[in-house]
Amino acid sequence: MKGSKSRSILPGFGLSLGFTIFYLSVIVLIPLAGVFVKTAGLTWEQFWDTVTNARVLASYRISLLTALAAALINLVFGLLIAWVLVRYRFPGKKLIDSLVDLPFALPTAVAGIALTAIYAPNGWMGSLLTPLGIKVAFTPIGITIALIFIGLPFVVRTVQPVLQDLDKDVEEAAVMLGAYRWRTFRRIIMPELIPPLLTGFALAFARGIGEYGSVVFISGNMPLKTEIAPLLIMTKLEQHDYSGATAIALVMLVASFVMLLIINYLQWRSNRRVAAV
Amino acid sequence: MAGAITAHLSEKASQRPKHITESPVVRIVLIGIALLFLALIVLLPLASIFVEAFKKGIEVYVASVTDPDAISALKLTLFTVIIAVPLNTVFGIAAAWAISKFQFRGKNVLITLIDLPFAVSPVISGLIYVLLFGAQGMFGPWLAEHDIKIIFALPGIVLATTFVTFPFIARELIPLMQAQGVQEEEAAASLGAKGWQIFWRVTLPNIKWGLLYGIILCNARAVGEFGAVSVVSGHIRGETNTLPLHIEILYNEYQFSASFAVASLLVLLALVTLVVKSIVEWKSSSQQEAKE
Amino acid sequence: MSTQTNNKTNRLPIRTLLVFVALAIALAGCGNSNNAANDKKDANTANNTSASGKTNNTAEPAPEPKEAVELLNVSYDPTRELYEAYNKLFAEHWKKEQNQDVTIKQSHGGSGKQSRAVIDGLEADVVTLALAYDIDAIAEQQYLKADWQKQFEKNSSPYTSTIVFLVRKGNPKGIKDWNDLLKDGVEVITPNPKTSGGARWNYLAAWGFALKKNGGDEAKAQEFVSELFKHVPVLDSGARGSTTTFVERGIGDVLLAWENEAYLSVNELGKDKFEIVYPSLSILAEPPVAIIDKVVDKKGTREVAEAYLKFLYTEEAQKLVAENYYRPTLESVAEQFTSQFPKLELLTIDGDFGGWKEAQTKHFADGGVFDQIYTPGS
Repeated sequence: MKGSKSRSILPGFGLSLGFTIFYLSVIVLIPLAGVFVKTAGLTWEQFWDTVTNARVLASYRISLLTALAAALINLVFGLLIAWVLVRYRFPGKKLIDSLVDLPFALPTAVAGIALTAIYAPNGWMGSLLTPLGIKVAFTPIGITIALIFIGLPFVVRTVQPVLQDLDKDVEEAAVMLGAYRWRTFRRIIMPELIPPLLTGFALAFARGIGEYGSVVFISGNMPLKTEIAPLLIMTKLEQHDYSGATAIALVMLVASFVMLLIINYLQWRSNRRVAAV
Repeated sequence: MAGAITAHLSEKASQRPKHITESPVVRIVLIGIALLFLALIVLLPLASIFVEAFKKGIEVYVASVTDPDAISALKLTLFTVIIAVPLNTVFGIAAAWAISKFQFRGKNVLITLIDLPFAVSPVISGLIYVLLFGAQGMFGPWLAEHDIKIIFALPGIVLATTFVTFPFIARELIPLMQAQGVQEEEAAASLGAKGWQIFWRVTLPNIKWGLLYGIILCNARAVGEFGAVSVVSGHIRGETNTLPLHIEILYNEYQFSASFAVASLLVLLALVTLVVKSIVEWKSSSQQEAKE
Repeated sequence: MSTQTNNKTNRLPIRTLLVFVALAIALAGCGNSNNAANDKKDANTANNTSASGKTNNTAEPAPEPKEAVELLNVSYDPTRELYEAYNKLFAEHWKKEQNQDVTIKQSHGGSGKQSRAVIDGLEADVVTLALAYDIDAIAEQQYLKADWQKQFEKNSSPYTSTIVFLVRKGNPKGIKDWNDLLKDGVEVITPNPKTSGGARWNYLAAWGFALKKNGGDEAKAQEFVSELFKHVPVLDSGARGSTTTFVERGIGDVLLAWENEAYLSVNELGKDKFEIVYPSLSILAEPPVAIIDKVVDKKGTREVAEAYLKFLYTEEAQKLVAENYYRPTLESVAEQFTSQFPKLELLTIDGDFGGWKEAQTKHFADGGVFDQIYTPGS
């Protein structure tokens, strides 16, 4: 677990890090810098007015809340699915394991159209739910469902490998010491799962904030109610207002970056703690 | 966190002695909940795609997936994937090697930067290249002078796809290689193995499952990318339309069945890679058992 | 801490990976062979050209065969069917007259998005967009002259359309005119005017109606449109999205739509399910066409591009226009289709709204009248 000290006998540090930073710069950093440059065309006041406009604020709230709700639901069910797939045996397991990756493979627009068709008042699910007074399509619930779909693989696929390699011995020992299953889970298994769960949660959440393709179909796009932040970026673009669009994009970008950084730091700390034991 | 992280389902993990698993009732309930959730969230949309696709009969289905525009879109999509995925594979290995085998300052920031494309809205991932290479962009005038087309042509589509799928392989390999540590490589190095030898003989065999899995995910995402590509494609029919964009076009032309038929093609494409993965896993695990 | 036993047992032949590499290479090979196939196809069509050129020469003294030419027409969403048919017609005409093969590539999308793509470097020879404002934006970047709209007849608009109501069969809510849209329990479907060109026409038609009814009182007109948008349950980002919401999802009682889109939905998606209602007053929608000077001069396609747009005004093309539910501007053709396109009072953007620039700043720009409808607390 511990890396080499200051001088490693392994070769290739310069080459691999050099290439990593070069490629990262060309594909990600330099293009993203364009967002900053474009936004710099605005004065500070214009920038502030753009990103704190009432509709923009409402859209951040909707994007954040639905992404948060979706990520939390994925956290619970993603863990459950990973647990079931790794630990239990049942028919069709391999197939179901493959199903988990589908949200990555399906174009987001297709997912959006399919979900809207299902949850619209005349759809398969919608026609069951509408008599109960539950509206899904064209409400924040619909947005949340689309984001659950988009984010599910992130949680399952980060938890699964760790769960797979958990040491049986520790669990054995816990049982011998008389711990109940639930207690073993909470005290022995959970701490190991927290770092991957955090990562999965962060990735699903970050992806959810920015998602556009699947959400525009199911959200209904009502200003102040179901209008998401990426849609406002599109709206600005439609009016040839590039700086306004990049200003909102910048706020979202910084928010995502800070959140990912915090999560990565937390994970790094918990890794170090485990390594030190 | 001992031992290697394997990305595939090993039988071992599900063969557990009674005392360290749950009671049958709990197990069945948990499996039931998990399957119900998957059915609602993943299976239902999938089923609706296939139902819609075949609504107008098999002829419409066949006609729409063999349409020249659909085929040219398929070719463009595959071509894009063939460039983007290997690029990201090389990057993923290099990044994981640097991050997991060495200690240096700013590692967390680097990992976060690698994660960043996950968090960037697809709308923005396309826009950044327009801001850079578009006619009004920073390099626009220079590109126009030299008659190089990036936006609204293949290079733009490849760039946007590469951006969106950028972190997949690195993300898969970094935790895996971190967990594996450096002992084996160090041992090989002290026995006099050279850099590439160490990589091919020691590291690669250890990470190949994670790598394969990363490639499959990266591939799946690259095939399905819609938002970012839509911004840089220019939507020229038969020329810069990828499969997801073609689906949108069909849908907008009220050819719902045709559009879902092409969408189901994408689902099948994804399923094929996943099936190949399962076969490879199964073969190698049976080989392994034979050896033991 | 780690015991790495798992690693050792997991060491498998690298063959499996090689299989994947081989697969990838095979696929790459496919891509290449495809390109080769395309090249061959091009060569074949070139051969065909010269062959047919010869037959033509024997029949009548046609001009020397010229090298094949390609145009890119960047258009908006609802013209797909029209241009698919028109491109065929024009290619035949051009071949006969100039003995030159012309292929017209199409790009469709939201009008504003398409205009932006051209500004950002999409090399369109001609643009055929939903509103003049979107072409003005291209002209602002010096791609074409500021007075481009004078280049062709009738404001460079070879076909027009208007905004109508699409209601469910039998018109159960009894919707006849704009003020019926504000009745209790009526749900109106329209796309978002900020992202859809078509929706701006919808909005302006409603505004114009209210202004007229209230004797030019702008405050009353504003009240009318904000009340109208309270009846809108879903604001899709594009015109076709709205049609899908109304037709497929079964939401809403009335869809505000382009006349051509309304006809298309009725004919494509169910004559027994919907009907078209003409309000007492609507707006004359003029989707203009233009040549992108900068591109045609660079590519040397000016001659054919101009012919392409001019040919839209001929009788043959105008018939096609009418068959695709756009209103023809050529009198002789318009007369033949009077039953399809009833006469109604139409406002014009230049006459009643002071042109697109003014309408855009006043209504649709950030902070404009439309935004005030959705300001919290209003």
